[in-house]
Amino acid sequence: MYSDLVMEHFSNPRNVGAMPDADGVGSAGNPVCGDVMKLFIRVRDGRIEDARFQTFGCGAAIATSSMVTEMVKGKTLDEALDISNKAVAEALGGLPPTKMHCSNLAAEALHRAIEDYRSRAPA
Amino acid sequence: MKRAVYLDHAATTPVHPRALEAMLPFFSQRYGNPSSVYSLAQEARQAVEESRVAVADILGCPARDIIFTSGGTESDNAALKGVAFAARESGNHIVTSAIEHHAVLETCRFLEKFGFEVTYLPVDECGLVRVEDVEKAITQSTILVSIMLANNEVGTIEPIAEIARVVKDKSKLVGSRVFLHTDAVQGAGALDLDVNELGVDLLTLSSHKFYGPKGVGILYVRRGTPFLPQQSGGAHERNRRAGTENVAGIVGAAAALKLAAERRQSNGQQCQSLRDRLIAGIQLKIKRAHLSGHPTIRLPNNASLCFEYVEGESILLNLDFAGVAASSGSACTSASLEPSHVLMAMGIPEELAHGSVRFTMGPDNTEEDVDYVLSIMPGIIEKLRAISPLTEAGES
Repeated sequence: MYSDLVMEHFSNPRNVGAMPDADGVGSAGNPVCGDVMKLFIRVRDGRIEDARFQTFGCGAAIATSSMVTEMVKGKTLDEALDISNKAVAEALGGLPPTKMHCSNLAAEALHRAIEDYRSRAPA
Repeated sequence: MKRAVYLDHAATTPVHPRALEAMLPFFSQRYGNPSSVYSLAQEARQAVEESRVAVADILGCPARDIIFTSGGTESDNAALKGVAFAARESGNHIVTSAIEHHAVLETCRFLEKFGFEVTYLPVDECGLVRVEDVEKAITQSTILVSIMLANNEVGTIEPIAEIARVVKDKSKLVGSRVFLHTDAVQGAGALDLDVNELGVDLLTLSSHKFYGPKGVGILYVRRGTPFLPQQSGGAHERNRRAGTENVAGIVGAAAALKLAAERRQSNGQQCQSLRDRLIAGIQLKIKRAHLSGHPTIRLPNNASLCFEYVEGESILLNLDFAGVAASSGSACTSASLEPSHVLMAMGIPEELAHGSVRFTMGPDNTEEDVDYVLSIMPGIIEKLRAISPLTEAGES
């Protein structure tokens, strides 16, 4: 059902946990649908220096969360905004079709975290 | 070596070695078509008819009332559509419950497209259908009531014998004959299947749930029940189910059902003690774990629990890493993206329903199996709760 890379990220998720002093926080999904993702970013000189996540959800939800936190580190905000849900899925070697819509929320949460950062510190 | 603990007997069971042994000659040696005249074929005919008698003995009915099908889903389809289309002259109303298996619910939705009206009865928070609701739902146009014997997800046992009495009384009162079907798929091997004790006109069984092969179902149809066959073709199964009989499968199903009936008491006691050990252990070791279904009126082998703040598929994957096979009613484990309709009907909030896990024991399970699950489960839940954003919100 899942690729080895999905299982690897699910078993050993990277960058787990809240970031109390985050510069931006974004959420996606809701508990009723069975997936909630919260993404935290720390921004230095226009680049994402660190990212962490908290996720309630299935294997795909946890793996995509873990993957997106790895993908954004070191990227400028504009580069990070180019990351799509699809790109995260591709980086994981693909997801089962039923998981593409419901559990693939990581990029959405990332975009909201960037919006949150920009709304706090207008350029 | 990785331990393997199978706790998903409500999903399927291994074929019992004695059932398999009984089946084997019918693949390549005694392969005759039961409808042919020569000796080789008549051996197969005899095996099918002996199997029918064996099944009928357990159900307490004449052998002629047993139809062999391709599985529980076909039996449910044949029962509901068979009665509905045959009794259409006398009414178009069907009564069922909100927690039936999809094989019944989707067949009801199909029948709605053909002008039938269906009442989906609610259940209480334990998953019980209220007998008085069945009585109230029956009108002059009711032709069929279909309520499961025991629920596949939460294990709650429905009061079928009581429902049968009110169906009979109410149908006299309204002056029309109402037939009663029960999907007894989860009850085989655990509950009494005597159709007269239950008071049912139709009953569904699925062989692979009681250590028989997959692809074989049983449908009991009481003599005198209106029944329009859903599969057209030859005159097999007394003109009620066309198609050459699955001889080996039928032989295996009958052998397995016989074994399941013989061992019902001892297996039930054993499973129940394992079930209770698991439920008690989980509730002791893990906070915010809730048993779903009825606390006592439940199948002896069913332990269904909901864990707050975590999602079912994630639990199942972690259990699988540790060699444990179980199920969930979470949306993420189905293609429908909806959490279990059973848990929803019982009033369990959606976020909690997403964290459901079902363990179903079999006679091969041991106390060591249960203790192993109890040793790994707290760590799995703790790990997932540490990742979950709902944990802090809920605990604060």
